[in-house]
Amino acid sequence: MTDVIFRILLVIGVLFNFFGCIGLIRLPDVYNRLQSATKCVTLGTCSILLSLAVKYGFSEIGLKALVAIPLLFFAATVAAHALVKGSYSFGVKLGEQSVIDEYKDHADQKKNAGQDEIPGKEDTR
Amino acid sequence: MKNIVFFITLLIFWLALTFSVSAANILTGAAASLITVLFFGKYLTGENTGKLLQPARYFWFLLFLLVFIWECLRANFDVAYRVLHPRMPIKPGIVKVELGLKSDLAKAILANSITMTPGTISVDLVGNVLYVHWIYVGSFDPAVYQNKVAGRFEKYIGRIFD
Repeated sequence: MTDVIFRILLVIGVLFNFFGCIGLIRLPDVYNRLQSATKCVTLGTCSILLSLAVKYGFSEIGLKALVAIPLLFFAATVAAHALVKGSYSFGVKLGEQSVIDEYKDHADQKKNAGQDEIPGKEDTR
Repeated sequence: MKNIVFFITLLIFWLALTFSVSAANILTGAAASLITVLFFGKYLTGENTGKLLQPARYFWFLLFLLVFIWECLRANFDVAYRVLHPRMPIKPGIVKVELGLKSDLAKAILANSITMTPGTISVDLVGNVLYVHWIYVGSFDPAVYQNKVAGRFEKYIGRIFD
């Protein structure tokens, strides 16, 4: 029985990681790509870790896999936030399909206040 | 005092991670915990310790965990559907959400939960306003999307951490 659950979770994990990778290629801009990179890949990896915890039970490997899940959650969310904010303040524009951008006002204010210190920003645009 | 508690917690965590109780392992763990306490002990202000002893908060935390896991699963199917659909039904944009939470910890947890839920990533937090990148902006009415993005978790997190 545990073997069946282990296999099912492993397959789900690999499938979601695969979906995340497809999203990384298909979606139009960096912000949408991060959506698929954080959500699908996090669930996929969590599912793989959970399958390990099911297979090995209360042992060294199983416990480590369980501990890794919350760590992965926090690491993925904080990394996604840092990447989104960083690419916005670096000047990466939203894709053409975007319908609304309420962050622009705040970002412009910050730029005008003289906090624009990223070197080489004009060249890369 | 709080540094000692922090140190012991870290040491127990280390022992659970490494899963052995040899002298060399305990020494390594003690050294690592000591360095961590020296560097990060000052961020533990201890003003929230009283909240740890209120059982109602743990009840809300369990409830929040269930809601969070459910929303997280929905988020994954939602994004997977948008990715695999031939025409890619996306309508991305950045919206502004006002939060009713007070403490920094609660705001941080809410921002992290929003990142893990259907099609939203928190971009920046300025004071009480959270900017959220949304993969499918369903409505331009602030009251509607405020409820859609943050409303699900705000009441739970407010009861746990505020």
